[in-house]
Amino acid sequence: MAQLPDTAGLPAKPAFWNDPRIRAIVFQVLVTAGVIAVGVYLVRNLLHNLEVRGISTGFGFLSNRAGFAVNQSLVAFDESSSYGRTFVVGLLNTILVSALGIVLATVLGFVIGVARLSRNWLVSTLAAAYIETFRNIPLLLQILFWYFAVFLNLPSPSEALSVGDTVFLTLRGLYLPRPVPEAGFAWTMFALAAAVAGVILLVRWSRRRQERTGEIFPAFLVSAALVIALPLSVFLATGSPLGWVVPQLEGFNFTGGLSVIPELGALLMALSIYTAAFIAETVRAGILSVSHGQTEAASALGLRRSWTLRLVIIPQAMRVTIPPLTSQYLNLTKNSSLATAIGYPDLVSLFAGTTLNQTGQAVEVMAMTMAVYLTISLVISLFMNWYNARMALVER
Amino acid sequence: MAAFQPHADLPPPSTTTGAIAWVRQNLFDSPLNGALTLLALYLLYLTVPPLVDWALIKADWSGSRSEDCSKAGACWVFIGVRLNQFFYGFYPEAEQWRVNLTIALLVAFILPLFIKRFALKQWLGAVMLAVYPVVAFHLLVGGSFGLEHVETSKWGGLFLTLVIAVVGMVAALPLGILLALGRRAENMPVLKALCVAFIELWRGVPLITVLFMSSVMLPFFLPEGMSFDKLLRALIGVALFESAYMAEVVRGGLQGIPKGQYEAADALGFGYWKSTILIVLPQALKLVIPGIVNTFIALFKDTSLVLIIGLFDLLGSIQSANSDTNWLGFSIEGYVFAACVYWVFCFGMSRYSQWLEAKLHTGHKR
Repeated sequence: MAQLPDTAGLPAKPAFWNDPRIRAIVFQVLVTAGVIAVGVYLVRNLLHNLEVRGISTGFGFLSNRAGFAVNQSLVAFDESSSYGRTFVVGLLNTILVSALGIVLATVLGFVIGVARLSRNWLVSTLAAAYIETFRNIPLLLQILFWYFAVFLNLPSPSEALSVGDTVFLTLRGLYLPRPVPEAGFAWTMFALAAAVAGVILLVRWSRRRQERTGEIFPAFLVSAALVIALPLSVFLATGSPLGWVVPQLEGFNFTGGLSVIPELGALLMALSIYTAAFIAETVRAGILSVSHGQTEAASALGLRRSWTLRLVIIPQAMRVTIPPLTSQYLNLTKNSSLATAIGYPDLVSLFAGTTLNQTGQAVEVMAMTMAVYLTISLVISLFMNWYNARMALVER
Repeated sequence: MAAFQPHADLPPPSTTTGAIAWVRQNLFDSPLNGALTLLALYLLYLTVPPLVDWALIKADWSGSRSEDCSKAGACWVFIGVRLNQFFYGFYPEAEQWRVNLTIALLVAFILPLFIKRFALKQWLGAVMLAVYPVVAFHLLVGGSFGLEHVETSKWGGLFLTLVIAVVGMVAALPLGILLALGRRAENMPVLKALCVAFIELWRGVPLITVLFMSSVMLPFFLPEGMSFDKLLRALIGVALFESAYMAEVVRGGLQGIPKGQYEAADALGFGYWKSTILIVLPQALKLVIPGIVNTFIALFKDTSLVLIIGLFDLLGSIQSANSDTNWLGFSIEGYVFAACVYWVFCFGMSRYSQWLEAKLHTGHKR
């Protein structure tokens, strides 16, 4: 039998430089010191450079007069407005294009994701072709294509493409009739608000009743009918108090009506078409993640096909779909910053572009811009964590 | 007495096999599906013939001036004339063999890695990581070994796109792995917090603001008089940005490794780096190969953003060619060409990742 080495003389603990805890502390101290040293070095350089170039720090510039015009703004903006106002305009424009893009991309993405799973060979192949085409082409290329090759090649205002002489499409943008509420229109809005409140109560009641008795109330159909019928009947009863201002060609351009600038149109098209391809894949993965046994079990219980989909598959698929879907929404919002390539006045293009160039306050402007995007993504990831915790499978 | 003569087998009814049955089962198995098929066919009829007509039949292929194009179809002459610029940017024509040689060397190094029976993969990989960047740098930049110096401002086209993509991938993967390991280091809370902050900061902002930062802000943070090459600044921005995404992918892989593997490594007396490099990482990276390739694809597409800070990558050179006054009105051709090039690269990578996924998938499939 082999002799074991004599360990009596050796210390019971390893030498302190081999102790993982001490190593961890030393390593962390070194890393922290390194990070702080680099940080101090950069900040000192920054302060020195700012002093040399005579740039004052601080956010005082935000109240100075901007002196330039913006081609699209959701709030009043003219040349006498302040730089701080450009921040608000840019932020609102970013939110506008993101919100519209999210709605369009979701609708398109769900349709294509479901089509991808269709039993119809032709439909599913077409959906696959759509996904593979648009997913593999850079978004910036698509934005430039829509803007320079499509929207700027539209006819000039005098030869505008029109739909029934009310909607006009030109290289200056899309012109739509603008609704003008007349006296009494407020009643329709009240009716709409009442209908929405009613729907919320109805859905709550029907869910509670279903949990109690198991009976299903056709809440969706009834709510849809309520939301449409109630405001519509009030609208007709008060004598249709809504006028339309149709855009008119005056001189070289259209006036009156709602106008959508071509930059917004191109950005919106590209963002929704590109993101829809990703959303379609998310939807497909979600539906496929529900194992086939669930469908079989549902039909063994005698559920109808439409009920199987609504009560068994979709709730489970949503659990898998929502997190990647939110991150696609987040991507869309961040990608909307590519607006700067075609000059749509979003936060990056207007504030981190024009305002930065005019004021030279690079540090403050970039910090504000990045803070906005960071806030948006932090809020969305907090929401996602909350949702995940709520929807996680509770295993017994 | 005659032996029993069976009849020859009848062919299956024509409605259950062959083309007609396939059409019935896959295209017209219900009224709704029939309607969808007809709708899809109508859509195809609306789009495909005019597209083929434009891109192939009525297109102009030969010539050297914009007058050679009839404008009835696509003007591929425009692409042909500019092809050199789309590939090499303004890299001097006499020196373009250097670009070709660099790319050929890369292919020569990488191809053996895909051959299954090639035994010396690790050695080749190590040599490649150590030697190739040096060789490539000297070949492309020049200024030594009798090679003429070529400014990076003359780099452009697909070549520049590939430079940014390859450098980004090579830098982002190891950085991402380190960040992911740091984020998982439970016994070092400060390090973990730093890694989390780094990852979330980069992932929370759009790449375009990162590139703005690197082009507008970086000079402010450097000592006076010190300046970086514009391309290098963009490369650093892209690499840091993508490393944060890579870190999250690798973290997913690390989380997929069962605890027993760590414990087994501990039981064998492996230290942290030994167990990480020999036991954990090989399995974790294998788990997330699809995710890594997806990040590479995203990086490849993101390289196009450098045109906004004034670098002429493939898309940038197309964009500048479109504004050439001799060739106005051919932007569609330019974009379609660029889209095809990007598509081939991205689709190729995604197919490769799907193939790998299938090869590495050892679970049960339905």
